[in-house]
Amino acid sequence: MEPKNTTQEYIVSAIVEHRPGVLFRVSNLFRRRGFNIQSISVGSTERKEFARITITVSGDEKLVEQIVKQLRKLIEVVKVSILDPKNTVVRELALVKVAAPDYKAKADIINYAEIFKGRVVDVSHKSLTIEVTGGPDKIDAFINVLKPYGIKEMARTGITALQRGESQIT
Amino acid sequence: MVVVNGARALVKTLEKQGVKVIFGIPGGAVLDICEALADSSIRTILTRHEQCAAHAADGYARASGQVGVCLATSGPGATNLVTGIATAYMDSSPIVAFTGQVPMRLIGRDAFQEVDIIGITCPITKHNFQVERASDIPLIVEKAFRIASSGRPGPVLVDIPKNVQIELFDVEFDGGFEVAFRQPNHAPHPLQVKKAVDLLASAESPMIIAGGGVIASNASQELLAVAELLMAPVATTLMGKGAIPENHPLATGLLGMHGTVASNRLIQEADVVLAVGMRFSDRTTGKLEEFCSDAKIIHIEVDAAEIGKNIEADVPIVADAKQALQEIYKLLKMKVVKRERTALMAKIKELKEQLEGKANCERELKPPRLMVEIRRVLPENAIITTEVGQNQMWAALYLKVYKPRTFISSGGLGTMGFGFPAALGAKVACPEVPVVDIAGDGSFIMTEQDLATSVEENIPVTIVVLNNSLLGMVAQWQRLFYNRRYFAVNLGKVPDFVKLAEAYGAQGFRVKTLEEFSSVFKKALQSSVTTVIDVPILPEENVLPMVPPGKGLKWMIWE
Repeated sequence: MEPKNTTQEYIVSAIVEHRPGVLFRVSNLFRRRGFNIQSISVGSTERKEFARITITVSGDEKLVEQIVKQLRKLIEVVKVSILDPKNTVVRELALVKVAAPDYKAKADIINYAEIFKGRVVDVSHKSLTIEVTGGPDKIDAFINVLKPYGIKEMARTGITALQRGESQIT
Repeated sequence: MVVVNGARALVKTLEKQGVKVIFGIPGGAVLDICEALADSSIRTILTRHEQCAAHAADGYARASGQVGVCLATSGPGATNLVTGIATAYMDSSPIVAFTGQVPMRLIGRDAFQEVDIIGITCPITKHNFQVERASDIPLIVEKAFRIASSGRPGPVLVDIPKNVQIELFDVEFDGGFEVAFRQPNHAPHPLQVKKAVDLLASAESPMIIAGGGVIASNASQELLAVAELLMAPVATTLMGKGAIPENHPLATGLLGMHGTVASNRLIQEADVVLAVGMRFSDRTTGKLEEFCSDAKIIHIEVDAAEIGKNIEADVPIVADAKQALQEIYKLLKMKVVKRERTALMAKIKELKEQLEGKANCERELKPPRLMVEIRRVLPENAIITTEVGQNQMWAALYLKVYKPRTFISSGGLGTMGFGFPAALGAKVACPEVPVVDIAGDGSFIMTEQDLATSVEENIPVTIVVLNNSLLGMVAQWQRLFYNRRYFAVNLGKVPDFVKLAEAYGAQGFRVKTLEEFSSVFKKALQSSVTTVIDVPILPEENVLPMVPPGKGLKWMIWE
């Protein structure tokens, strides 16, 4: 068994009632208990009355257990699970606006985007905007490749995740 | 079907919930609710400060086990409730607070007396609601009561915008509302029960710590049965005081920073600790690393998040205290033969004597002796509330409590000013029982204006003010840990508490000797009007034993 105090990244997936104020309660809980959110994403689910909040946190097992237990106490939180990274599809979307002053830079960047299965979603005289999805590592790698060209703006959604196979948490 | 407005629907639903009394203060944003209350059988008690309304609802809830209800208008009315709500939250007391709110079209515009009470009370309530449609009121109110009183109890706030109170809608009250509410399972896991029983049965020196959860789940009988079967000493947390009759030979009293000699010593020797309905607060454990480090811990708690939060339990049992203790008793009975443990009993007696002996034979009017005297005069079922500070710790240490729900004190939040309004609430819940607030001068001043409520509403209680003209506990810390550098603790000789009481139409007495106190106190208990007894005490008195902050319980200072 791994020692309990090893810090690692956890993905907490919470199904919550889809109504105003729920995100506030969740984020307020994290603030009040001193839990650090690394990324958070919120979106609708297969049922219109529920939303899914996917939160990544870094900490030890004890901390993440406490987070899950505290989340479960919120009345509007329906279900909370820690997703097993080995058995989970994890995706993030990033939009990256990168400097591309000339034809050569544009061609290079488009080339890289293709390697990362990204798409050019906007072009201007001096820049390109690329959309790329994947696991956080892939996006980190893509951003590293673009860095030398000069990243002008970037937006990452934070990860969203689902367990593989038949299992459902709703 | 009838057509009613939101305010009337609210009051009707409260009646259906069995609400008998509401503590509160009206204001612009709750006038419609007040109009509906005027036609109701529910008694509305006008307090003089919203904080007192919340504390009174809390005292009512703790004394009766029923949900306490308070009401305030929007803005400052709502924010004045906050301390009371936070107090109830920390001590898991079931109250429902209703606040008025500006009309929905003005929300977010910084309207007159608008405040985001939902945002403000989010971290100090189990849940809160802002009602958007009058037709939602019955369901939301039922949910609020259900949430407040189920599982680990706690406060719920319902914020009702003015337009929602006025809005008319069709309603069928008799049908009942199906509340879609996840009813958690509070039964203990059989395997965990078995593990607990195995540990307890093999223990050399088992010890029990009883918390407020024992009282909340009415599990005192079950606790005593297990304790007697094991012949295990029972210490309590502040919230657990009263969970076991403190004149029982196994009861060792308070554990922790101001724990008794017996509890703080015996816990060092325990090899198995059965912790029931408690959360291992820092005031109970002292330095965590030194707390029961060699003992196995069985932790029964209805709130799963409390298990493993402060202390890692060897056998966690997420369950209602009563059900868990019942199951443990059933199995344990088959496993253990009741032992005599004469050596242990003699030891408990000797350790208790160390603390109580001096207090019992003291002739002068000193706080420990005063507590003994108060207990001697009071009937068993009398309710004692306390303020916060030295008065509270003297009461916790020296005033024995025999029944659950007869000791009411602000434990978690440590709210000065809590005891008196809580006493009013307790008296309203149990009018036939004497209610006494053990106060300090510093605390009592914080909510004394509600003497007006006690007189005008005929809620007679007795306030015993241990008056050292100081913020006594702060002074004690400055004396012990800050090299006697007293700063900002001197309250001077004002007010004259006798005159203060009289100014409100209550009666006031000042006593100098034990004999005087006894005779005045006996009269006070018979009085139909509230009595304030001013008891001057020496400013240099320390509450002992004490464990210095941040230290383990074995570092207890005593004498």
